[in-house]
Parts: sequence; C-alpha cells; structure tokens
Amino acid sequence: MSHFLDKLTYLTREKPETFSDGHGITTNEDRGWERAYRGRWSHDKVVRSTHGVNCTGSCSWKIYVKGGLVTWETQQTNYPRTRPDLPNHEPRGCSRGASYSWYLYSSARVKYPMIRSRLLKLWRETKNVYTDPVIAWANIVEDQEKAKSYKQVRGLGGMVRASWDEVNEIIAAANIYTVKTYGPDRIVGFSPIPAMSMVSYAAGSRYLSLIGGVCLSFYDWYCDLPPASPQTWGEQTDVPESADWYNSSYIMAWGSNVPQTRTPDAHFFTEVRYKGAKTVAVTPDYSEVAKLSDIWLNPRQGTDAAMAMAMGHVILSEFHTNAQSDYFDDYTRLYSDMPFLVQIDQQDGVYVAGRTLRASDFEDNLDQENNPEWKSTVIDANTDKVVIPKGTIGSRWGEDGNWNLESKNLADGNEIWPLKSLVKKHDEILSVGFPYFGNLEHEQPIFTATDHDSVLFHNIPVRKVKTRDGDKYVATVFDLMVANYGVDSGLGGDNVAKSYDDDAPYTPAWQEKITGVPREKIIKVAREFAENADKTRGRSMIIIGAAMNHWYHMDMNYRGVINMLVMCGCVGKSGGGWAHYVGQEKLRPQTGWQPLAFATDWHRPPRHMNSTSFFYNHSNQWRYEKLAVDEILSPLADKKKWQDYSLIDCNIRSERMGWLPSAPQLQENPLEITKLAKEAGKPTAEYISGRLKDGSLQMSCEDPDDPRNFPRNMFVWRSNILGSSGKGHEYMLKHLLGTQNGIMGKDIAENGDKRPSEVVWHDEAPEGKLDLVVTLDFRMSTTCLYSDIVLPSATWYEKNDLNTSDMHPFIHPLSRAVDPAWESRSDWDIYKGIAEKFSELCPSHLGEETDVVALPILHDTPAELAQGIDVKEWNKGEIDPIPGKTMPAYVDVVRNYPDTYKKFTALGPLLTKVGNGGKGIAWNTEPEYEFLGELNRVVTDAGVSKGMPRIETDIDATEVILSLAPETNGQVAVKAWNALEKFTGRQHKHLALPKAEEKIRFRDVQAQPRKIISSPTWSGLEDEHVSYNAGYTNVHELIPWRTMTGRQQFYQDHSWMRDFGEGFCVYKPPINTKTISPVLDEKDNGNPQIALNWITPHQKWGIHSTYSENLLMQTLSRGGPIVWISEIDARKMGVEDNDWIEIYNVNGAIACRAVVSQRINEGMCMMYHAQEKIINTPGAETTGKRGGIHNSVTRAVVKPTHMIGGYAQLSYGFNYYGTVGSNRDEFIICRKMNKVDWMDEPTDGVSGNHDHEELA
Amino acid sequence: MKIRAQIGMVLNLDKCIGCHTCSVTCKNVWTARAGVEYAWFNNVETKPGVGYPRDWENQNKWNGGWSRLGNGKLKPKMGGKFRVLAKLFANPDLPEIDDYYEPFTFEYDRLQKSPEVHTPPTARMHSAITGEIMEKPEWGPNWEEILGGEFSKRSQDYNFAQMEKEIYGEFENTFMMYLPRLCEHCLNPACAAACPSGAIYKREEDGIVLIDQEKCRGWRMCVSGCPYKKIYFNWESGKSEKCTFCYPRIEAGDPTVCSETCVGRIRYLGVMLYDADRIEQAASSEDVEDLYQEQCDIFLDPHDKEVIAQARKDGIPDSWLQAAKESPVYKMAMDWKLAFPLHPEYRTLPMVWYIPPLSPIQSAMEDGRLEKSGVIPDVQNLRIPVKYLANMLTGGKEAPVVQALERMLAMREYMRGKTVEGIADKDILDRVGLDENTLDDMYRIMALANYEDRYVIPTNHREYAGETPFDNEIAFEQRTSCGFSFGNGCGDGGQTRTNLFGTSTHKNTMSGKVRS
Repeated sequence: MSHFLDKLTYLTREKPETFSDGHGITTNEDRGWERAYRGRWSHDKVVRSTHGVNCTGSCSWKIYVKGGLVTWETQQTNYPRTRPDLPNHEPRGCSRGASYSWYLYSSARVKYPMIRSRLLKLWRETKNVYTDPVIAWANIVEDQEKAKSYKQVRGLGGMVRASWDEVNEIIAAANIYTVKTYGPDRIVGFSPIPAMSMVSYAAGSRYLSLIGGVCLSFYDWYCDLPPASPQTWGEQTDVPESADWYNSSYIMAWGSNVPQTRTPDAHFFTEVRYKGAKTVAVTPDYSEVAKLSDIWLNPRQGTDAAMAMAMGHVILSEFHTNAQSDYFDDYTRLYSDMPFLVQIDQQDGVYVAGRTLRASDFEDNLDQENNPEWKSTVIDANTDKVVIPKGTIGSRWGEDGNWNLESKNLADGNEIWPLKSLVKKHDEILSVGFPYFGNLEHEQPIFTATDHDSVLFHNIPVRKVKTRDGDKYVATVFDLMVANYGVDSGLGGDNVAKSYDDDAPYTPAWQEKITGVPREKIIKVAREFAENADKTRGRSMIIIGAAMNHWYHMDMNYRGVINMLVMCGCVGKSGGGWAHYVGQEKLRPQTGWQPLAFATDWHRPPRHMNSTSFFYNHSNQWRYEKLAVDEILSPLADKKKWQDYSLIDCNIRSERMGWLPSAPQLQENPLEITKLAKEAGKPTAEYISGRLKDGSLQMSCEDPDDPRNFPRNMFVWRSNILGSSGKGHEYMLKHLLGTQNGIMGKDIAENGDKRPSEVVWHDEAPEGKLDLVVTLDFRMSTTCLYSDIVLPSATWYEKNDLNTSDMHPFIHPLSRAVDPAWESRSDWDIYKGIAEKFSELCPSHLGEETDVVALPILHDTPAELAQGIDVKEWNKGEIDPIPGKTMPAYVDVVRNYPDTYKKFTALGPLLTKVGNGGKGIAWNTEPEYEFLGELNRVVTDAGVSKGMPRIETDIDATEVILSLAPETNGQVAVKAWNALEKFTGRQHKHLALPKAEEKIRFRDVQAQPRKIISSPTWSGLEDEHVSYNAGYTNVHELIPWRTMTGRQQFYQDHSWMRDFGEGFCVYKPPINTKTISPVLDEKDNGNPQIALNWITPHQKWGIHSTYSENLLMQTLSRGGPIVWISEIDARKMGVEDNDWIEIYNVNGAIACRAVVSQRINEGMCMMYHAQEKIINTPGAETTGKRGGIHNSVTRAVVKPTHMIGGYAQLSYGFNYYGTVGSNRDEFIICRKMNKVDWMDEPTDGVSGNHDHEELA
Repeated sequence: MKIRAQIGMVLNLDKCIGCHTCSVTCKNVWTARAGVEYAWFNNVETKPGVGYPRDWENQNKWNGGWSRLGNGKLKPKMGGKFRVLAKLFANPDLPEIDDYYEPFTFEYDRLQKSPEVHTPPTARMHSAITGEIMEKPEWGPNWEEILGGEFSKRSQDYNFAQMEKEIYGEFENTFMMYLPRLCEHCLNPACAAACPSGAIYKREEDGIVLIDQEKCRGWRMCVSGCPYKKIYFNWESGKSEKCTFCYPRIEAGDPTVCSETCVGRIRYLGVMLYDADRIEQAASSEDVEDLYQEQCDIFLDPHDKEVIAQARKDGIPDSWLQAAKESPVYKMAMDWKLAFPLHPEYRTLPMVWYIPPLSPIQSAMEDGRLEKSGVIPDVQNLRIPVKYLANMLTGGKEAPVVQALERMLAMREYMRGKTVEGIADKDILDRVGLDENTLDDMYRIMALANYEDRYVIPTNHREYAGETPFDNEIAFEQRTSCGFSFGNGCGDGGQTRTNLFGTSTHKNTMSGKVRS
C-alpha cells in the first residue's frame, strides 16, 4: 500500500476514500497554502513593449508590473491574425528576450552618469581656472600630457559617478570646441539598425545632423549588408517575411541557423514541412537547423560558392540548355539580364567579356537623346534587330513613363521578344577567356585547390554589330553565363563538361574536391530545387545568413545562390526567392522617419559615412594590411593598372571620384572653407574643386594620421561597437582610443612591405585620436568600460518607441511600463538634454555658420548616372574635377548653432517647402505637416521654431514618423504610388487606395500591433492575398529593378568588377590573411598548438552582446567565454571539454574555455560572437593582458569592388553599398593554457572607489 | 470505474527548436529566487546526453519510480515505507548539488566600481551557495547544449541501451534532438508515495501534483522517488518544490507559462479522462514494453456515452467533458498514436507526452540509393535511430514509434501531393491507417496550430466548492475577498502568514550581488 494522496476540499464531500484497489486515497485536507503560488502569479498591470535589439525579431511582449516593479515578461499572443490557411505569428519571442527583465534591477545596470575619474579631475581643476567650459576643454585636449593621461587608461577601470549637469556640460563643450577648431565632421556617432527603436536612433542622429556631425553606417560594417543584393537588384536588401516561408514547398537554409538566429520565425519553417515542403540545411557543422531538415549538406566552410555554382551547373544543364522549362525561359527573358548584349573585347590577344552594349555605342545613339550611355540593348527575336527595351536606368531619369518592364521597344513601343541565346543564330563562334580562381593554393590545407588553368576558354556564339568604334562582337549574357558555368550549350570546347562526373570547373564532380560534399547530393538537391520551382512557378526558397556573407568573397557565395533563384524564376514569387536575414530589420516607415532622424526638416543633406572605410582608415587597420591587390586580381586584368595600389589606395581613389563618402572630409574646417570661398568670390564647390585640383587642399582620407584629420568626438548609443561588432578590436583600442591593446603583429613598414602610394605615411602611427568617447547604455558593456562618459539609458520597458522588422508586417511599440529606473533617461531625453546644453554654450563660440557637406554620388538620384563608360580620375588628369559627376558634390548648409535645441524639438519647415520621399520618388507633405501641428500642437515660444509642430517627447517623435510615412498613413501611400506612376507610366495607386483613410497612431499600436500599408518604398505587397515577398511588385506590377538594365543582373560589367574577375559569379577560395606564421613559433608555451579557421556565428545566448552577460543566459551556456572545437582537433592538442585554451594570432589573443563537440568538423573552430571579456575572462599568456573578445583576432580587410560608385546600382547609399567588414577568412592558433591568471590586482596608489566617494 | 479528468500535455519534439524560452519564462516566474537558483522546473536537454541532473534517466543509480513485485503489486523503487523512514537522515539516492550544478553569479559591480587596474576588469564567477570565487563551472542545466562535450561522455546516455553506439560519434553520423522536461504530473506519482509527511498530493479536479509547502518537512524522499528528478530541494526554505503546472493559470483556463511562451509552438494542453481505479493495474504490467499500451488503455473515450454518464456522476463538470472531446492531447496520444509517455518503464504513468522527431536522412545517398517514396524521405533512412527513441518513449518497443514517424511522413507526402502536384493520393494515407478527415485534423492542429487548437483548457469550477455543489456562498465569499492577504484572502480558514517559504536567510544572488 502506498501513499497516493489525492486531496481536495471541494468537488466532493466524502471523507477519505480509496481507489485503484487501495493504491490511492482521496483526502479532504485544507489547501489554503495554494495561495502562495497564486500570489506570485498575480500582477498589477501588463504593458506591451519589445526589445530594441538587433535581431530582426521585433516580437511583441507582455511586460508584467507588480508593486511598481517589472517582474517578468511573456510573449503577446494577440497579433492580428493571418489568413485561415497560414499559421499565426504568436508567440514571437525567444529565451534571450524572455531574460530581459533581469537587467532592470540587476547589478549590471548602469544607474547614473559615469565618467573616467582622471578626466573628471582634470575637468574640475581646469574649470577652476577657466570658467568657460569650451576653453576649459581646449586646455585639456590641447595639452598632450593631460590628454594622454586619461586616454591611456581607457578601459582600465576607474570610472566614477557624476551628475547629468556636469557630463552634459563636458559633452557640449567638447562638441563646440571640435566644431569650431576642426569642423563638425570630426564629430561622429555610431548607432545601428534604426528599425529596432527608431526614435532612440533618431534622437542621436538628429542631434548630430543638426550640428553637422557624422552618422556612421552599420549594416555594411557589420558585414551583414550583402553587396550582391545592390549589385543584382539595385536594392539594399529586400526579403520575404517569415510567414511567406509557409508558401514555399522547397526551402534551403543555407548558412542560416533558423532556430537559433530566427527563433521567433522558426515555427513557419517546421510547420511548412507538414504541408509537404522539403527542407535542406547547408551548414559546415551539424547545426540546429540541420536537426529540422530532410537533408544536411556540409560543405567545407567558405566554399559555398563552389557548391552553388555546381548546383547552377545542374540547373542550367537540365532546365535551360539540354531540356527547357518554359516557365524559367519566359521569366529569365523578361526579368533578368540574360538577353542583354555584352561586347567582346580583345585584350592582349585574348577575347574577353567587356561592358554591355549601350545605345551610345551606335553612331546614331539608336535615336536616343536622353541618357544613351545608360541604355543597354538586346536583340529582338521578332525583328532580329538590336533594340533598347523599356525600363533601363537610362529611362528612369529624364523621361516620364518609360521606366517599366513591359516587353516593348523603347523607340517605337512595339512588342519585343528578347533573344536569350545566339547559339542557333550567330555570326561567329569565338573562344572567349574566363578567369578561374579555384586553382589558387591556400596556406592552410583545409582549403583545396584544383589544377585547372587560370584562364578558361569557352566557345561563345557572337554577332557582329556596327558601332561608332567600328565592328564589334557581341554575345548575350546568357550564352556567356552558360559557358562560365562549364555547361555545354552545344558548341563543345575544352572546358565544358560532358557529364556531371567530368573534372571541369563548376561540375558536381569538380565541387566535390573543394566542398567535400558527394556529387550525388548536389545533383539531387539542385534537381529537386529546380523541379519544384518549375512545377510551382517559383516556390523554391533559399534562406541565407551571415555565415555566408561574412567571407571576404561573400559576393560570390551570394551571387551563386541568387543565380540559382533567378534561373528558376523564384524571385518575386510568393513562397520563393532569396531570404537573407542578417541585421537588416526593415525600417518599414523609413521615409517618415528620415526627416526626424537626419533633421532633413531643417537642413539638407546630412553627413553620412560608411563605417568600414572609416574604421579601416582611422583605426589604422590599413597600416597592418597583408593582402595585396594582385592576390585578388583577375588573371585577365591588366596588372600594371593596379600595381601601385594597395587596398587603402583604392579606397582613397574611390572617395576622390565621389564613389564613397568621406569623414572627416577635407583637411581644413568646412566652416572656414566656406569663408575662404566667399572671400575668393567663388561658389564653395568650385572653390574646393579648384583647390583640390591645384593641390593646395587635401582630402582627409589622404592623410588620416595628420591630427587635423582625426575624428575627435564619438557618440555610441544602442550599440556596443567595441565589445561586439568592431572588427580589429585591438587596433581600435590602440589607435582610436590610445590604450592598452593586444596587437602582436607588425605594421607594413616594420615588415618591410610595400607602402601605399596614395596615402601619406607617418613613421609613427598616432594613438588616441578620439578626445571624447560618450556611450549611452543600460548595461556596463565593453564600450562603456572604454568610454570617457557613460550615460545611463532607459531600458526597453522604460521608454516609448517604435519597432519594425523584415520578418513580419507589423509595426508595434516599445512602451514605458515603468519610469526609467534610478537616474536613467530615454535616448530622446538624453540627446535633448545635450542639445539644450550645447545651444546654451554656443554664444561667443558658434553663431550662424556656413558648413559645406561633401556628398558622394548617390543611388536612386539622377546623379547615379555619373560615370557610365569608363573610370577616369581627375587627380591623374584623366578628366576634369566636376563636383557631383567626377568627384563628390559640395553643398553649402547654413547652421545657426544656438538654435540647435529649438530645431531638435520642432518639425522644421523644409517638409512643406521641399516635400518628402525616398528611393527616387518624392511627394508633397503639407497636409501631414499641418496634421502634426494639430496632433502634437505647435511651439508657442518665440524663435526659429515658433508655430511648428512640437517634438518634445518620444511619443511626439513617434507620431512624426507615423504621420509622414506611407506605410502608416494611407493618404501618403496613395501619394507615393502616384509619384511612382509618373516614372513607370503604369497604374499602381490601386495598391493603396483601399487603405487611403487608414492612419496608424502610437496608441493604436500599443493596443495591438498593426499591419503596415503597402508602399513603393518596398518591392513587396502586404495584403489579404499575399505575404510580403521581395521583388513581388517588380514581377507583378512590372516596376523595374533599380539597376543598369532595370532587370536582375547576372552580369556586373563595371571595369573594376571585370578586373577583379567578378563580372560573372565564380568560385574564389578564402583569402590568406597571413596572421599565423609571424607569431606561431614566438609564443610557444610548450603545449601542442594547431591552426584553425576562425568562425564567429551569431550566438544562442545573446543577441550580439546584449543578454550575453545576463545571468540566465550565462547559466544556460557555460558561464563565460567558450570556443567550440572538434573532437579530432581537441585530441591533437590534448584538450578536454571545459579546459582553458588560448586563441591568438598577430591581431591579438583570447582566453576562453573549450567546448569539445562532434558537431564541429576538423579544422574549424567557432566562437559565438560578442562574448565579451567583461565576464570571467582571465589573462592571455601571449599578451600578458586580459584575454580579448572574438574580434581581438580579426582585422577588417576591404575589397575594391565594394568601392565602386557613380554607376547606376553601384552608387553609394548609406548602409546600401560600400566596403564591408568581413572576418571569416581568418585563422588562429589554438592551444591549451598552462596558467590561469586573473590579473585583478589594483594598480598602486589609484583607487576608483576612493575617487568615487571624493568626486561624487 | 472511477473517472478522473486531468490536463495533460503533449510536446511535439519534431517542432522543437531548442530555444529554451520555456525554461527562462518559467524560471523568471517561479524560481528566480534564493534557494532554488539551481532549480529549473522546466529545462531543455540536448540528446544524446546525460542531462540535468547528470544521468537522471538511470534508475539503477537513483532508484526513482516504482518496482514491480513478484505478486504484481507496486513498491517505490527506493524502498517501502519502512526503509524510507529508516534512511530519513541518510538518503543514499539523493543527487548532490554537483549532479545538478553549482549555481553561480558574477560580480558585475566590478565593471562599474573597479579602481584603475593593470588590465581591463572582468566580472568573476562566484558560487551562489558559498559565495566563494569559482574558476569555472563544471556542469550546468544545459551543459551538453547542441552536443557539447565529448561523445564518450554524452553517450553514457541511458537511451543507448542495447545499441551499437560508436558510429553515432562520428561527425558524418551526428544526430541530435531536444528534450524539454518538466514535472510529469503522473497518474501514479512515486514522489507522493515517497513523502513521509504526506505533503504531496494530486489534485482531483485537474490532476496537478503539488507539494504542500506547509506540510513539507524537507525530507527529500520525493527528490529520490521522482525518476524524472523534477523535484528540487529549496536550500533556503528547507522544503522541496516542483513544477506546479502553473495552476493559477490553468485554473483560469490559460496555458502554463512554458506552453504559452513556447516559440516553436510545440506544446499542447488538453483534458484526458481516465479510470482511476485501473492505475495500479496499468502501472504494474510485467513487460516494460507493454506499459505504454497499458497506460493508453486506462484513458477513456470522451465521445463514449457511458463514459460521459459515469463522469458526470463522478463530479466532472460539463465544460470539462466538452473539452475532453476537443482535447489535442487525446487526439495525439490516442486517436493518431503520435505521442508517447516519457520512460513508461518508470511505472509512474506520466502525463507529459512527446511526439518523436523526424531527422535528416542518413547515408542513403552515399551508397547511391535514393528515397523510395520520392521527395519526402523514408523512416528507415532517418538519422535518429528508432531504437534510441523507443528506449526513451515506449520502454524499447519500436513498432509504435515507427508507426508515428511513418504517419508524420505520410502527412507530409500527402500534403506535398496536394500542394505541389495537385493530387490527393489516398493510398499514402491507407498505407499508414489514416483517412482524409483525420489527416485534415492532424494538419490543422500540428501545422497551423492555432492558439485555441493548441490549448483547450476548461476553467476551474471553484464555484462547486461548498457544502453542496450548487451553493453560491463560498464562491461569492472568495470573489469578494480574493487577494486580501491580511485576512483569509482566497483561502478558507488558514491563518495569516508572512512567508510560506520561511524567513529569508540569504540574499538572492541572481541579480549579480555576490554573497559576502
């Protein structure tokens, strides 16, 4: 007899009875104690908020408040519902978000403003002498000893409490001093991904934009921007919402760990399998997404392009050449550049693919007056004539109504049928050379080379056309591409495959050697993928992630995959296409947000800078560059053209030609330059171009180590740039901050390598360029640790803001569930406070000033038609310096500095004068401006902002965004589509008319997330019939892609692209970063050490560094930094699971513990990124200093093809095109540590705590 | 026959994404406090692995669950009443803290308050129990996450019994699954039997098993008795605690926290009717391979008129009977035979059930074979060995697991035919014993999985409490006094207490405040 109690006090009144033959008894005892757990569950209110974190999650959460404190959070389950045949969105969220409430009252919380004690002492001492704060600041930073004294201890503790008044005064004084002395472009700010908390982003960017400071980009710096997207589509990134996965029937998760990094969306992936979708995981390790898939393909990391090319080989063979899919054929003729004509050039006796054949190549410009250089051509199969189809970029600007994808001859409007291949109707067959890189040997044996020739010749069918330069051979993109893939289009030749088993580049057999994946798997998956797309008209999808994009040759990985999708007609199709999800987080109401964020309601243009080039340049990473341009050049390129240039030189050339932006811009203060121009009686732009030409004025990029060109003040908010995303962490510490670092390698001069030709070399590199680093955060991140001033920001449950994502169609809020704890403030209030102090201190230093902003040639503006035929440099005398055409534009901006605060807090007048818009279209926005005056009420105080709509609070700011954006204001959406109709000559308004009366306001989204309204800012629709998917309106509304041809481009014909062998997609092996051998023997500690490929994927226990020190997350992981290694490699090193290991190379060192696992393949190791050294990290044996972060062993290496500009879709846009900070080609040395040294003894005679008491 | 109703749970492991949101939301609400830092009422394990606490599945080591005696009667495996009493002060079957893990915290303060130091400060790890500095943790609630640790260690996993396991340690043959775990709220709870204080009971109205915190004396026999190791000793209060199935939410008709916050949408809650008089018989079947079927056999068909009539007599409210008919748990466990109990061989008749996971195909293509049934793979080629799943879910019997996996694959193949080829091929369903209506229901509940289809939870009928079931006074009393803790509050006669868990002796270190 046992004691099975089954108690109750109600439901039955019987006295204890037994059941199950006496095995159980029923008792009647008091259950009053049950109140205890009920009491715990009870709460006072539930508020809707979310996490303003860079994960694309955008999940709606219930925040529980009890006794005035936030106690916990669970996910909201009341999203607007989807269609009956689609799963709903609830309960979006993940373990990381669920752990957030821990931060609010934990000891990790930053509770009050903090400042470096040495700086505070200097400040107070100096302020005693000089009462003017600006002069006091000058006296500190101009004294090298003083400046060095606080810079060199950055990161080494010694922070003390300060008051808001005091820190605001220091910040304002530093900003004013910098603007006045060096120029506003020496003040920079870094904050990523506005979509996650767009008002908080806008707070800082509005302040910076008003004073002329520089907003640094993030998407490219994070290496999340896939340049392949703008290259192919002229679009930064546009992707399907996750619900659209459910419309697919074949999904490949390629280097995207869906359950781990797309946690709230993963259910669509698991659920669609029950609808019959097949899933394939492509990951080098047995990752979590593999667990959810039917097939696991494990290519050697970094060789994905080889696999994609082999799959493309199968698809082209089976669906485009030997047999044909009618669907694929129609799709690619109409929506891709396959039929476009490419000139075949002769170069050193070899035929090679040149640029596309344009109208301007003909004697009569094919009768085109408007932009003939920008109109590419096809052969019309109906007439067999060379024609210009509608919709090329030449038709986008300067002519109304022809920019569409109707299959019509631009000249006469007649129907055309573009000829895709000349195989059946050619004049000649030429042997054309294609570059091959797969034969490049890598220093590390895990990357295998093949022994094929560097130039592969293929038989190409060509036509001869009469051009203004005489007869020219032309071929179609399609025929060239088929040849490049090694597919025999029937013309034979040496380098085409007779079967998939041939060892010819890009066959399934060929890739086996490089990727390690059996050919049968490749053939099967490629065939199934294409068959599925053929049967379903495009419902095959590839979800792709950072894993693929973080390689130096990410474009090849991505284009390999994109090619498969375009070949199979999947892009723009519901349930199909390219689903890239990395750090993108669609800022859905972007056009409503821009005026607020960049203060374009007051001044235009704002200053934007691409961060990769900025940090590569200013943290002196270029001084340590080991990759020479000739290592990555095409075997077909003219090597002499490039022999003088290093990577930094390429970037300088790019800035000069107006391709990439510059910050700082010029060696002189822009506020002074405008005065000089005025004195000289010249327009500023003319004055500057003249002085640049005669050499009396330099661009800052040409001499980044001259103190006049240093960035001086830096704001960091909503970011942990030093602890998370900063490639080349140790270089940032050394050169930008001037503090302790772990660099073990030598610079170019010390190594005796060739110096750059375009940049001024200083024998001694500067250290501590930044005078002031200010960081806003709620947690004590690595960046906070290294900052001079830390400002406590409100958490995501303590402020009001807006949040959107690419993953779902809703807009929803962050809400103030409780007031900001301790002395913290919302980002909006913090910058408002700084603006107020700044304005107050301006008089006697800054008044009304004329600034001049250097503007690169921008995409989606008429300026993008800048340099269409050839690359010519004004400073080499090849062409005249023409601002906005052959060099940056220079635009005067008048700023009345004392008005900064008034401008910050009111919506400025340019919206009514100039209007609003985005992506090349614009509309009048006067009604919305008036509406905002009523809604937010108007400013009543006298001054520049009197009578204008107020933006006092964060909620005011949200209403500005919501009212101005087409996505949240139906009447604006109608205006926006109307504006687009002028370009396309087609009807689009019907897409928004049913929602014309809908206006979404902040309190609406607090009540329930709202679905956004379809707008022409985006290429997908959101309605009752279709889930959002990129390219949908291109395919279904015939709106051209914003590219040279107006179509999806397989071929990139810019001369730099061709010089680097990337005209067509090819396989390029990882680059050799050469970071191992210089230190391999020097740092021996007696234990066996091996070289491993360094992979830093997104982590499971944090979103980047956020949450990563959260105790709940640390407990579910392993309590401190860890690195995953294979069992085989662990055995080689004598390392067991949980042993302390050291990871190092020339860049720096990491001390962490090993996770030994069979899921990792030999030769690679993985450190989930953004594990900071602030948690349980001992000293590193090699450096004798605290072990570093994952980026301590990386350094940014920039790529010249990303510097291209002034060329249609290859024109700059903020976070749109430009250099990206790749990091996966890196190798490290790994070995067991001998001694764990915690290095936590204080320095003599200095105590932060004492200072704290004394100074606070 | 004595009919009882219980809210049971099914977890579809095939959809589990291993995100641990369930664990975190549960911990925030229930165990983010001193004394239970190490306790995770809900945790998620990566399999193969030995789990949390280490090797919990191995009852040769822990003696949890029940033993079947020669006469067919049941006895707690840890020993009968007298043996239990005899070892009150020296329980040899009790896991120690290191079997779970030593809970830790970090000295976050140091990052803000560090004086100037030679190299950047770091927040070091401290034990949450002793306050001592720890160099590193040696184990945790999720130590083997995504196959962390050498295969030689992880493969001590009990579920590899009677298997040639070496090949699964090779990179190419890797397999992995997740196992979220919570209290099973067993029909035959060994913990209740083991408690010398009579503090553990199973609520008649909903089957939730609770430890009365007033009666618990901290003997910890339940910790040993529970074969799932889902009872935790609170070293601050000196009492044992466990998952409460979020009864304050269940009573209101809401899902448990772990269920509602399940991002993979894998959890289902629904009413199961069973014959309480057959518990011992079902749990004492001689062959462990029969235990799964025996448990199924005591569940009652909610559509059966006789069952309904008897259930009414036994005091089960109509709304519960209606919910039983719509119960997703009943459908998955009984109608479709997709869900299985966890380790039925422990004989506790657990009520949290699992649908086994599909997995990527293995090796089929390496030797040139392609799947026989086209695009959707075949059960025989799946990476996770059927035997491994059977050891976990059916006491080793493979046929039911194979049938479940085949039915899931059949659903996929049939739906693919419909959505891609435009053909509804009934032969596919016939092969696995399903019909179109059942398939539609399966698809709706498993794929579309709307909130209201995942959780079919009748509210508690507290108004039935009282002298007679239709007396309104107690309900009215409770409604109007609910929440007043200075009086009787929601209770019915107890005295005022300040803290049920005893007076606090230790600071909560989970905020990062190090114990000094």
